[in-house]
Amino acid sequence: MLIGGFTVKAFGRSPLLESLVAAATETDRVLVLIQLNGGNDGLNTVIPLSEYTNLSKARAGILIPEAKVLKLTDATGLHPSLSGLADLYANGRLAIVQSVGYPNPSYSHFRATDIWLTASDANQNLSSGWMGRYLNEEYPQFPDAYPNTVMPDPLAIQIGSSISPGLQGPEVSMGMTITDPTKFYQLVTGMVDPAPNTPAGHELTFIRQVSQQTQQYAAVIKNAASKAANLSTRYPSSPDHTLGDQLKVVARLIAGGLKTRIYVVTLGGFDTHSNQVVAGATETGTHATLLGRLSKAIAAFQDDLALLKVDHRVVGMTFSEFGRRILSNASGGTDHGSAAPLIVFGKGINAGIIGSNPIIPSTVTAANNLPMQYDFRSVYASILRDWFGVPQQELESVLLRGFQSLPIIAAPTGVGRTAITPDSVTLRQNYPNPFNPSTRLQFTVADGPVQIKLFNSAGQEVMTIREGSYPAGTHEVWVDGSSLSSGVYYCRLQQGAEVRTIMMTLIR
Amino acid sequence: MQRRDLFRPKTAALDAVQAEYANRTLPSGLERSSAGLEPYAGPWGDEQMLHLLRRTTFGVNLTDLALVRTKTLAETVAQLLVVPPLPAPPVNNYSSTADPTGVFPGATWVTAAYNSTVNGSRTASWKAWWFNEMITLPLSLREKMTLFWHNHFATETPIIDNSRDIYNHHALLRQFALGNFKELTRRVTLDPGMLRYLNGNANTKSAPDENYARELQELFTIGKGPDSRYTEEDVKNAARVLTGWRINGTTYTSYFDSTRHDTGNKSFSSFYGSKVITGRSGATAGELELNDLLDMLFANDETAKFLARKLYRFFVYYIIDAAVEQNVITPLAQVIRQNNYEITPALSVLFNSAHFFDPLNMGCVIKTPLDVTVGLCREFGINAVSTAVPPAALTDAQRYGIWDHLRTQSSAMQMHIGEPPNVAGWPAYYQEPQFYEIWINADTLPKRNQFTDTMVTTSGYTRSSTRLVVDVIAYAKRFPAPADPTALVNDIVRHLYAIPVSETLKTSLKTGSLLSGQASDHYWTDAWNAYIANPSDTQAKNAVITRLQALLKALMNAAEYQLA
Repeated sequence: MLIGGFTVKAFGRSPLLESLVAAATETDRVLVLIQLNGGNDGLNTVIPLSEYTNLSKARAGILIPEAKVLKLTDATGLHPSLSGLADLYANGRLAIVQSVGYPNPSYSHFRATDIWLTASDANQNLSSGWMGRYLNEEYPQFPDAYPNTVMPDPLAIQIGSSISPGLQGPEVSMGMTITDPTKFYQLVTGMVDPAPNTPAGHELTFIRQVSQQTQQYAAVIKNAASKAANLSTRYPSSPDHTLGDQLKVVARLIAGGLKTRIYVVTLGGFDTHSNQVVAGATETGTHATLLGRLSKAIAAFQDDLALLKVDHRVVGMTFSEFGRRILSNASGGTDHGSAAPLIVFGKGINAGIIGSNPIIPSTVTAANNLPMQYDFRSVYASILRDWFGVPQQELESVLLRGFQSLPIIAAPTGVGRTAITPDSVTLRQNYPNPFNPSTRLQFTVADGPVQIKLFNSAGQEVMTIREGSYPAGTHEVWVDGSSLSSGVYYCRLQQGAEVRTIMMTLIR
Repeated sequence: MQRRDLFRPKTAALDAVQAEYANRTLPSGLERSSAGLEPYAGPWGDEQMLHLLRRTTFGVNLTDLALVRTKTLAETVAQLLVVPPLPAPPVNNYSSTADPTGVFPGATWVTAAYNSTVNGSRTASWKAWWFNEMITLPLSLREKMTLFWHNHFATETPIIDNSRDIYNHHALLRQFALGNFKELTRRVTLDPGMLRYLNGNANTKSAPDENYARELQELFTIGKGPDSRYTEEDVKNAARVLTGWRINGTTYTSYFDSTRHDTGNKSFSSFYGSKVITGRSGATAGELELNDLLDMLFANDETAKFLARKLYRFFVYYIIDAAVEQNVITPLAQVIRQNNYEITPALSVLFNSAHFFDPLNMGCVIKTPLDVTVGLCREFGINAVSTAVPPAALTDAQRYGIWDHLRTQSSAMQMHIGEPPNVAGWPAYYQEPQFYEIWINADTLPKRNQFTDTMVTTSGYTRSSTRLVVDVIAYAKRFPAPADPTALVNDIVRHLYAIPVSETLKTSLKTGSLLSGQASDHYWTDAWNAYIANPSDTQAKNAVITRLQALLKALMNAAEYQLA
């Protein structure tokens, strides 16, 4: 087998081999999932103004006054608490996918949550999660061969007390948890929860300290946190804004250089059976408060990512186990429903609305639910394929069959991205050559992540010269060989599927 | 076992993380109990019952707890101290046909001749078998005390290297686990395993070997307390008393060879009242002089105090300050001496005492690896099960295989039964200033977490169609209100944690696991009731299993779970 002009056989079963094999989807891109626990009322989140007359018959007690809806288009608007999201929409950073669901929906929180997280059919029991299966394809042999030089960081990070079933791989969980933002800051500062000044408290503190330091990824997380601080001033203040607190941590870890691909954060309380709104002021109440927190947190996060100059690397997505019933109930709330809109945000997305407004019948009973327009697995498939570059065959093994793709992610030629083509990637002969001890490399790449590594003549990796994103164009880098001995070396540049190799000689 | 081995520890030095956070000096200024050995007169409820069971058994078996709830404290302690019948010995689990000495699978090897081909398998068989005893013995102190004596009279199987002697030595410790300390010391002195381990069988008048005589005083009786002042001459003279003992390799017993015995008088220092043990000759000389030696050692106040301190560090906490010395150690030593070194009266006083039940003495022991491995089996009432459909009766090879896994796991956590690091036992019981903290380092803590993680997955640990796994549904059913998530989390936390945790944490655990992030308790209640109404419905069953697993995993990964 040849990769980039030299034989891989010599490597044996090394992490390097794995990286070369897995390099088809090499990426510095990140997905942030925001799970809205409880079943978010989609009809009061993304409001189909075209259906307002019928809506006002079905859910008069909770419907948002038409004049207060934040209009995105003539036909569709957002809840007035979502002004942050409306701004993102206006700035081309927000997409809405209408009526996402699946056939034969479950109205049980637990079952529906499991379906969303495992990406199963309604009648199918899966013990692994969709993100877990994806990460298992990308990083085979996890956790035995990890962390390693190719993937020194957690594959996925969940902020929460127990790990999401969505991150469960075929055998082990592919993610790590950070219990809450407080624990994250404790890790960064080396503090642990206070304990009483008793013998038990003394031993508990000791074990907590060891535990904190022995979390496999403690050092890389501390290191990432030390490299970046949050720059946005728009994060809402605690203690109510737990989602904002979680996203602050995520932004810092991304900007700090973690190669972690997936982050999972949560916001609970969407199970609004009663008192979803304040009677007579339906734009206020429980649901308005929750959406306000969601909107402020996402807006601040996106602002932060832009200020940290990593927004081109991050896409975020909300989901909830189901939407709510069209008909409001007598308690000023809504019962469990089915399909609901889903929000995707980031610099790399196609802003806009995918799909059409749901149709609301003129007579609605408690039996009426919104039909799905898009299978939630189509959303997953689109993100995996177009954001992470997962090839079709791998995609089908992650999602267990093929799902049609949606234009959620901007095409490779879209905002901030140029296509990687055979012509767009070059690596020129270094100069001087032979060299001692340093030499200059010149290369041309498309916009996106680039990896340049140096191997000795035995094919062993001796140095990572560069790893990171570059804008499209020609760039230059100096290679310092003062730690190497004389000999022939191979310099290998990879961008996407394109690989270039040159031979260089160090004479000391 | 040469003495210099003591100074060449087999366990790794403290790793960097441990060195940074473990005690550098004994902690001072902690709030300590001022209570003494006066009988405890406070409430006798779950908190006290669980504390007593955590310390006197491994983990808390819920069947034990149910029994204790029908008893008073005094009745419970009395029950713990009843000597249970001795277990049937370990069997041939290692060959599919008769072994080279004619022992068939399932038959015991402990009466068969030594055989070098199967010696290692038999030692492994004995270790595995021991795990089953620790897991299954109901409401008794015996297995914890057997471990106590194994740590006290520590020997290493690779050095004894004879599975017959190894088994007999440990059968002796188990037989006397709740017996008389002085008599046990006498028998251990003459035990072939110990004679070989500390070179007693090589101790002759022409070439005295002081190894056993030294450890007898330093580690087994007098100890190295502040008032211990025996001399090097005392070691030499004790060694002279002990000359002449040998091992019969055919009967696996010891015997006295008077021709190798030093018949001169043995004079001891003023620490022993300038005692002179009259030199004797003839067949009874060895035993008579040994009796004199033990009378001298056990007449010394230090012996009872040394034992009292070891019991305290094993069962209560490791810091013995002036108040503990005065309120607990001194009076406990008195009880030991007043009862002529019968051990149960002292244990009864300790486990009935106000000091033991002071909340300040709860939850401060760091679990040993056996508390983790055996403790988990007892907490969840599990042992080896068949994975065959329908379940098949397990063979000895299968059952021992699972227990051997527990031995391997405990060993990886740095407690290998049968192989303490040296004659001093495990450092966690004596090494100042870290003591228990030695158990927890950057290697062992993740292994503890991985062990408990594996036990709460659906497949658990599986080998040869045999499985060890926590049945989370059966466990939840042991509590009175499994359908009520708040009550269930409360009950489980009380069972698994030796220290109280905040309501905030319990709510967050409940919401994060049992409720899958939902705000209302009834979603768990509905899921549980749906499963109970239709236990064969896979979806309904999985819905509760995955959530219970998440709860237990989170609970057992937290630092609190490492305390007993």
